[in-house]
Amino acid sequence: MNLILYLSDMILPFALLYIVAYGFLAGRPVYDDFVSGAKEGFHTVLNVMPTLIGLMAGIAVLRSSGFLDFLAGLLASVIPGDLVLPELVPVILVKLFSSSAATGLALDIFREYGADSLPGLSVSLMLSCTETIFYTMSVYFMAVKVKKTRYTLPGALIATATGILMSLLLARHMM
Amino acid sequence: MLNFLWGAMIVTGVIWGALHGTLGAITENVLSGARDAVNLCITMLGILSFWTGILKIGENAGLLDQLSRALRPVIRFLFPTVPKGHPAEQAISVNFIANMLGLGWAATPAGLKAMESLNTLNDKKGTATNAMCTFLILNMSSLQLIPINMIAYRSQYGSANPAAIVGPGIIATMASTLAAVVFCRIVDGKASHLQSITKP
Repeated sequence: MNLILYLSDMILPFALLYIVAYGFLAGRPVYDDFVSGAKEGFHTVLNVMPTLIGLMAGIAVLRSSGFLDFLAGLLASVIPGDLVLPELVPVILVKLFSSSAATGLALDIFREYGADSLPGLSVSLMLSCTETIFYTMSVYFMAVKVKKTRYTLPGALIATATGILMSLLLARHMM
Repeated sequence: MLNFLWGAMIVTGVIWGALHGTLGAITENVLSGARDAVNLCITMLGILSFWTGILKIGENAGLLDQLSRALRPVIRFLFPTVPKGHPAEQAISVNFIANMLGLGWAATPAGLKAMESLNTLNDKKGTATNAMCTFLILNMSSLQLIPINMIAYRSQYGSANPAAIVGPGIIATMASTLAAVVFCRIVDGKASHLQSITKP
């Protein structure tokens, strides 16, 4: 695990070095390129801001009404064993349909338990290694008018389940 | 989808609150939730803009093309039904590399192009081919190597080491992608075997 955490510290600086050096060697005006890209990122964030305001306010309503605690309690009685924390189940389910709503729930977990707590780490990893499968499938298959999707959904669900399981195990080791 | 989810969140929350006497807490928290979102976006503005700036350098310098060429042999292994040099190869590799780097805006157009291109190889229009299934399953197994958004969220919520999840995240992503590859190769192999025995 120490080696993996060491990798975490290394990868970002290494990516910076690699990309900027690559730009230099290609003879690009690296700072001008940087600024134009940063502008795009800036606009992206401004565009998602209203979505995030709506979602975080919505989740705050659910949280403070006591409904989320009720839901977690209900799920805790249904889910056997202690591998899956009940708080994580709504995030997993919502993530299959909407990435931004899942993010809102994850942020709520960060606020309630802390980003470095077991639920916080689990959810950080889970959201980093799963995709919005129902949304993605409908967009891509719609583009080529495919109705019979054959084994796409089972395959995607197997991959997602593997990712979630790994996240839960790894989060435990990170504590 | 969000219209339903979000609407249900508010309606359920307020009704639940009215029944359980927590309306006061809702009033307070709905306002602080909206404020938190703006604070979060300020953190995101810094981190995300920095990262997209860095990625732009790579994109302009041709990094995407170079990496996607390096991915070709892998594509040949995963998509045996796609003829060598077919345009689908190029689109698939650009989509995969863009996903790995977290370049969502480059990934989606390339992905749609890949699907259209794979569809030209489709004998039964309206039914997904093996190559389409494989492409989408891998795409949805998540390929992203540096989850920059998650790092930003974690730093906003007081993590001692926001980037600590990068290494374990790569392991989890590799595991889910590996599961996808194994699944596709097995099902794909079976499907083509069936095809070969049903052919006259």
